[in-house]
Amino acid sequence: MKRALIALLAVVALAGPARAVLPSEQLADPKLESRARAIGAQLRCLVCQNQSIDDSDAVLAGDLRVILRERLLAGDTDKQAVNYIVKRYGHYVLLNPPFESQTLLLWLGPALVLVMGGVWVGLMIRKTATTPQPSPALTPEEHEQLRRRLDAESAL
Amino acid sequence: MNRLVFLAPVALFALLIGAFAAGLGRDPSKLPSTLIDKPLPAFDLPAVRAGDVGMKSTDNIGQPHLLNVFASWCVSCRIEHPVLLQLKAEGVPIDGLDWKDEPSDGQKYLIDQGDPYRLAGNDKTGRAGIDLGVAGVPETFLVDRKGRVRYKQIGPITAEDWAGTIKPLMDRLRAEG
Repeated sequence: MKRALIALLAVVALAGPARAVLPSEQLADPKLESRARAIGAQLRCLVCQNQSIDDSDAVLAGDLRVILRERLLAGDTDKQAVNYIVKRYGHYVLLNPPFESQTLLLWLGPALVLVMGGVWVGLMIRKTATTPQPSPALTPEEHEQLRRRLDAESAL
Repeated sequence: MNRLVFLAPVALFALLIGAFAAGLGRDPSKLPSTLIDKPLPAFDLPAVRAGDVGMKSTDNIGQPHLLNVFASWCVSCRIEHPVLLQLKAEGVPIDGLDWKDEPSDGQKYLIDQGDPYRLAGNDKTGRAGIDLGVAGVPETFLVDRKGRVRYKQIGPITAEDWAGTIKPLMDRLRAEG
């Protein structure tokens, strides 16, 4: 029983995420294939957007996996192979968008919001620190009330 | 003035909601084409129709025309087809690229549904379509007389798309030297 449980846990632990890459698409050279996997995981499938071409079962994703491997076999560097697909489908296929003029807001937006928030908080702190609210003086009636309460308390 | 400062977060929030609302109306499957103002990528495709010559990218140069990517297995192409037939009747030159399809299936489709195409080429492997950046069918490219892509329609062309967007562009291309 214990053994079976350990075996089951081992199977679960060792099982990687299911990929859509078909055996027929894979390259014989394990080095090239692992490069193709690394690139494929970073390219967006045009049909099931938000899946990578390695994850997607769409036919077009399969075509792009094959094209990617053809480019690597032809001697392309990783960058050249990616550019081959970007040239056809645009920067949208990159799951990890590059840092460029069009994506400035995307990359710097969060920092910008943080800076704006910091400035806001700083201004609020300075405002409350530099203008302490003087407490208004007590009126004669309030003085009288206070005296009576204190007297009542000391009489206890 | 200072009293209105507390409204700033509300204004920011309204701005954010505005941005989200604008984003909701956008169709994420409609991607901008990388080919705009660039020449058509080279292709040389066999015929769809029996006894036909097929289609080369260089055949398309000379007058502004549409290059329609279709397939016999494509459902929304069937919705678009009557519009294409209507355009053909109006004298609009349309070339057809039969994407990821058997030539015999493509031919049967044109016999059954009508044939709106001037030239038609079969792209069985889908490579010509991928060179064009096709992600799904139908897609249609408006090509000028120099063979450059000037506009891309993703999804079926409706009568409104034609009258409102594509025809005015085509008229402008026809007026160009």
